[in-house]
Amino acid sequence: MISNILFAVLLVGSMSFFIWNILKIRSNIRLGRDLDRSDRKSERLKTMLLVALGQKKMFTRPIPALLHLMIYSAFILTQIELIEIFVDGLSGSHRIFRPDLGGLYTFIISFIEILSVLAFIATLIFLSRRNLIKVPRLNMKEMKGWPKMDGNMILFMELILIIFILTMNGADEAMHLQEYGSSYGFTISSLIGPIFEGMDLSTLHTLERVGWWGHIIMVFTFINYLPYSKHLHIFLAFPNTYYSNLEKKGRFTNMESVTTEVKLMMDPEADPYAAPQEGVTEPQRFGAKDVTDLTWKNLMDSYSCTECGRCTSSCPANVTGKLLSPRKIMMDTRDRLVEVGENKRKHGADHDDGKSLLGDYIKEEELWACTSCNACVQECPVNIDPLAIIIDLRRYLVMEESKIPTELAGMLTNIENNGAPWQFSPADRLNWANEEG
Amino acid sequence: MSLNVPTMAEMTAKGESPEILFWVGCSGSFDDRAKKITKALVKILNKCEVKFAVLGAEESCSGDPAKRAGNEFTFQMQAMMNIQVLEGYDVKKIVTACPHCFNTLKNEYPELGGNYEVIHHTQMIQELINQGKISIKDGGTYKGKKITFHDPCYLGRANDVYEAPRSLIESLDAELVEMKRCKTKGLCCGAGGAQMFKESENGNKEVNIERTEDALETQAEVIATGCPFCNTMMTDGLKNFNKENEIEVLDVAELIANAADL
Repeated sequence: MISNILFAVLLVGSMSFFIWNILKIRSNIRLGRDLDRSDRKSERLKTMLLVALGQKKMFTRPIPALLHLMIYSAFILTQIELIEIFVDGLSGSHRIFRPDLGGLYTFIISFIEILSVLAFIATLIFLSRRNLIKVPRLNMKEMKGWPKMDGNMILFMELILIIFILTMNGADEAMHLQEYGSSYGFTISSLIGPIFEGMDLSTLHTLERVGWWGHIIMVFTFINYLPYSKHLHIFLAFPNTYYSNLEKKGRFTNMESVTTEVKLMMDPEADPYAAPQEGVTEPQRFGAKDVTDLTWKNLMDSYSCTECGRCTSSCPANVTGKLLSPRKIMMDTRDRLVEVGENKRKHGADHDDGKSLLGDYIKEEELWACTSCNACVQECPVNIDPLAIIIDLRRYLVMEESKIPTELAGMLTNIENNGAPWQFSPADRLNWANEEG
Repeated sequence: MSLNVPTMAEMTAKGESPEILFWVGCSGSFDDRAKKITKALVKILNKCEVKFAVLGAEESCSGDPAKRAGNEFTFQMQAMMNIQVLEGYDVKKIVTACPHCFNTLKNEYPELGGNYEVIHHTQMIQELINQGKISIKDGGTYKGKKITFHDPCYLGRANDVYEAPRSLIESLDAELVEMKRCKTKGLCCGAGGAQMFKESENGNKEVNIERTEDALETQAEVIATGCPFCNTMMTDGLKNFNKENEIEVLDVAELIANAADL
């Protein structure tokens, strides 16, 4: 009885804390500018099913994809067992679904056990990829310190989680053998059970309880660790792919505020002194200086990033030693957003800490190294778009602060003066047709 | 053979209208190397008796480098001026040999009121070959040669065009060899995003050198591209390795024009 109450308290407590954190993240994402992604619902659903659920983009790198699939499928299917654990925990029952499901129950638990062992192996390989083999993309500059520890902690939690669940099933199996003289018939624990042979029933019972409580406490710890880690992709991959940009990657957003002004400039009948029309809102800043100038989708992207570094390892600027790393752009955006969100909650919505994403987090040199090649966008397994952020930051630099590399300023002047990025006369555009060769 | 390059203005004066507008682009108009690509395409269009026209002096920068550099004002000014000109001639269909112009005209002009069917020259040439309007006897000069294709970012990833240029290379009876990074994983040449017009940021290598190494690894005798900027970058990359006399960088249009003896 006491244990049932303790379980209920832990359950309610940890879920409440988790929801509180998720609401905070939601309100942070909503600090972004409006963007309409409510169209093309079936296409969005399809993208989500393929990319998030089906992990389509992971498989361009088959080895990590396969290892990830082991952990992913174990994680998804363990949720079935978790339902039973919740019911057992609240009601004091033991394996409540077993009598009704019979052979199907044995199959499901066996399946979960096999997946758990595979996930255990995959997790060990992942740990060695990070710490022994030192896969380059997992050991870059921006991964030093907390991001490295974060990645390792998640993997360790997974290991502990699986150890507890197998201890629980193994001890339970040994008890069942002693009490009824027969096995449960679960694939893995029927192998583990004999290890506990010779232990008396009460020791086995304690061991089973340690496994049960250890597992569920790890589940509660894990879920509440998520909002503080890079691991939120396990949830956000779904909405983030649903709200993907469905246009061609080459199409950059049109700035409507600029369109209005350009149209005014080009319209000979426009009255430059006319009062703004009713309902026209205050013009926004051109481009983005801070996270609140980005769209909510850019911000959701930042929380969805699990820092795998596929973007950075395919970035032409990064592979040739430039400062730009698309992953760092996403990490900076998220870290700054967390900071802005905290400030707003502590000091009110208008609080200004004098810092900004551009400058304090992201340097101009990073932005100017981008070739806009879309490799980072293509690579991201959860359809994050670092390029959109890079371009919006460039827009702010160029249009609000006139900060632009000298050669580019010259290029723009040429376009404005003679309609080409170089200094050629527009009258000479057709000269090629009459030249020899 | 002299080229037949009618302008929109001339055609309109004669009361005619072309099937398609050839958008030459700044590079194709002014850059000495790119002009050769322009001419190769015109030779193909002439040979196939395609009724096309160019804008000539009325054409202006599409605005792509301005937009990528973050100057939306300059981009939209250019776009709207161009749209006015295109509207004046009632243009419906455009072909261009520059993936940057292609992307901008196709994807970014519609929101500003310019709606056209825009195709890349490799798509158009593929169509002409399919229609039997141009044929290459026995693969021509490139038969059996190793050719690798460098995917321009604004044609490939940006617009999902990967097959048209490759099918053209295959029509030459050449051996198409892929670089380790190709198609969706193709590495940029280093020119996009307005990088063409500036010095690169500090690093330990130039992007075009990294990409040229990919191409050299394939042992190809020809590096084919479909973008005048990629062409410049790969040509410079070869010079860096003193390979400019052994390996050619050619646009797919040039391959076809050469092979068909145009």
